[in-house]
Amino acid sequence: MVTITLVTSGVLVATFGFVVGGLITEGLIDAKTKNAKETIVDKGSEEAFRQLNSLISNDNDPLLGASVGEVLRTIRGRESAIVKIIPEDNLVAQRHGLTVPGLPDELREAVRRTQGFSEQRLNLDIDGSGTKLYLVFGRQGTLTWGDVQLYYFFPLDEVVEQAFLVGNIVTITGIALVLMLGLVVYIVTRMVVRPVRVAARTAQRLSNGLLDQRMEVSGEDDLAALAASFNQMAENLQRHILRLEEMSRLQRRFTSDVSHELRTPLTTVRMAADLIFNTRDEFDPAMARSAELLQAELDRFESLLAELLEISKFDAGFAALDAEPANLGPLIERVVARLSPVAERAGVAVEVDLPAEPVVAEVDVRRVERILRNLIGNAIEHGEGKSVKVRLAARDGAVAVTVRDHGVGLKSGDEKLVFNRFWRADPSRARHTGGTGLGLSISSEDARLHGGWLEAWGEPGQGAQFRLTVPACAGDRLVSSPLRLVPTDFRPPAVAEPEPRSTRLPVRGDSAVRAQSVARAQTPSRAESAATKEPAAQPDRDIALERDTEPEPGVEPESAAVGEGSRIDV
Amino acid sequence: MRARVLVVDDDPALAEMLGIVLRSEGFLPSFVADGERALSAFREARPDIVLLDLMLPGMSGIDVCRAIRAEAGVPIVMLTAKTDTVDVVLGLESGADDYVVKPFKPKELVARMRARLRRGEDVAPEMLTIGPGGNQITIDVPAHTVLRNGEEVKLTPLEFDLLVALARKPRQVFTREVLLEQVWGYRHAADTRLVNVHVQRLRAKIEPDPERPEVILTVRGVGYKAGTA
Repeated sequence: MVTITLVTSGVLVATFGFVVGGLITEGLIDAKTKNAKETIVDKGSEEAFRQLNSLISNDNDPLLGASVGEVLRTIRGRESAIVKIIPEDNLVAQRHGLTVPGLPDELREAVRRTQGFSEQRLNLDIDGSGTKLYLVFGRQGTLTWGDVQLYYFFPLDEVVEQAFLVGNIVTITGIALVLMLGLVVYIVTRMVVRPVRVAARTAQRLSNGLLDQRMEVSGEDDLAALAASFNQMAENLQRHILRLEEMSRLQRRFTSDVSHELRTPLTTVRMAADLIFNTRDEFDPAMARSAELLQAELDRFESLLAELLEISKFDAGFAALDAEPANLGPLIERVVARLSPVAERAGVAVEVDLPAEPVVAEVDVRRVERILRNLIGNAIEHGEGKSVKVRLAARDGAVAVTVRDHGVGLKSGDEKLVFNRFWRADPSRARHTGGTGLGLSISSEDARLHGGWLEAWGEPGQGAQFRLTVPACAGDRLVSSPLRLVPTDFRPPAVAEPEPRSTRLPVRGDSAVRAQSVARAQTPSRAESAATKEPAAQPDRDIALERDTEPEPGVEPESAAVGEGSRIDV
Repeated sequence: MRARVLVVDDDPALAEMLGIVLRSEGFLPSFVADGERALSAFREARPDIVLLDLMLPGMSGIDVCRAIRAEAGVPIVMLTAKTDTVDVVLGLESGADDYVVKPFKPKELVARMRARLRRGEDVAPEMLTIGPGGNQITIDVPAHTVLRNGEEVKLTPLEFDLLVALARKPRQVFTREVLLEQVWGYRHAADTRLVNVHVQRLRAKIEPDPERPEVILTVRGVGYKAGTA
């Protein structure tokens, strides 16, 4: 601030001083010129020519030099000017010693051709006292014995000195002015800036959680108003934050209490049911079946309760990430191993594809395990007995796991809905599985807590793929995912001739369509993809096709996948 | 021999049910319903294992846990309705060896208890030494004593098992999952926080500076190993 003021005012004053200095110098010289011309030169020259005319009759007169000297003395008077008379004829001039060294020929020529006086400023050394700036007036005169030129040389060194003095004064004044201005600006800036700085510091403290920080209000100027408004804002913020904190605390207490109050009797019921269940062989069939139902539904009730409490923890905002470096490969294998009884029962082969290098990421193991259990469990459940593939990859500070199944898949638009609470793919479908409908919601919250993404892709009849991406270092921002959301083995059942889409949907059991899509899948060509891109009536098919083309080296798979799937952004 | 169990729980129905289950599994249970009387009941009953509910009237379960741990190294299994890291870690840090989250299955609880009670089976004379020169830890396995530079260190049975597991194969890195299986008897990996908290507790007893451990070293991203001279 002060620097800017100093620089700008300095430039202004310097320009001003330069102009003023120049004007003053010009003015002084002009005054001198005018004075000289009016009082001396005009009158003097007439007088000089008259006297010379009367004293000398011919240019050979040996007295010419002396007479000229005499005339000059009379007309020079008390003036400081040097006056010279130079005969037009150079020979005559030299003969009588009437020359001025260094007088330019141009001036002489100008004087010769001009009526009245020619005027010029010249640097000359006339009397041998050194080169000085002279104001020169020259006039042509025609005498009876020949033409002469009369020159007045007014030394300007005094004027230059005066101008220099004036310039110095202007400069010094200017510098003093600039410095004073700088000082004033500095003081004013401090007066204005200090409260602003205080405000900034206070705001910083406020944002760091010191909610009782306030600004000092003094006086009644704008700054005091700023401080007052600032304090009011802080007051309101504090009130709101405290209320939210209180609500969160209450919610947490409530959740915790509900948890305890519900779980304790449930434990008793659970144990009792277990006891009854273990002795069901001694009961009659209806009782035995009741014991089985009791046991099974208790399992469901338990998991539902656990998940509801988990969700409410997320809602209250006190779910905490407990991240530590973990090797994800073994973690996946562990989850798969634990789900193997379920997979065997469903007749699903779970294939795990891990990179050669161990993939270590800072994650909350409990949560990631829960996500994976959910995704792989879902894939097995909805996989229709076809294989499930789990892939792990790491790149550029991101770690991704994809879970691919070849089951019923997802309808268009469902890939966003799957993460909704209690969402069911088909409400009419029999609930033969024990899912609570909260699993994926919790998983997506878990992923979000990691700063990660949980996305889904699906095509009816083509299966589904879920992708979890988390940063390798907790707290980092994700930019891309190392794995593609759309599975590489997916080939859209593209047909060239446009038909109503519904008839082409490869529905389960529709072997003809399936065979066709498989056949096409084996000969995927860019030309074909391009051809099928034309009908604009099938937008989602287009997107799928675009992604289907193999990624070229260096092409970000993520960029291809952006736009579909429901990204759980942070 | 039938193991004596002290059940500290304020819910009469749950306590009764626990009694039924424990008796049917061959334990000798005794009960106390509030925290204030838990310690005197403990002294009286001399149980082989304690089942402790964390939410108790009177003294909190955490305080009861600390008080018992101050007197004896008896295994303590917490019964908790809370699964938050803070609560679990707090319980473990106050001295509990293991925890079971309500609602638990009776089989699960009994398995946890049996794992904590299964001890002293391998009594082959075995002396182990780990740690750098200035901080030598000597373990007499059958005698269940640990000497640190010649002075005895009091460890709970679980801490002792953890130390022995690490010391038997010095320089080998144990993942938390492996330790859970070997020391706690979890066949499927459970909560790795158990390992973290108990390693911290063990370090507090045998390391000169637990912030810069020399005896039990952390291998980032993998697990723990015993340091050698």
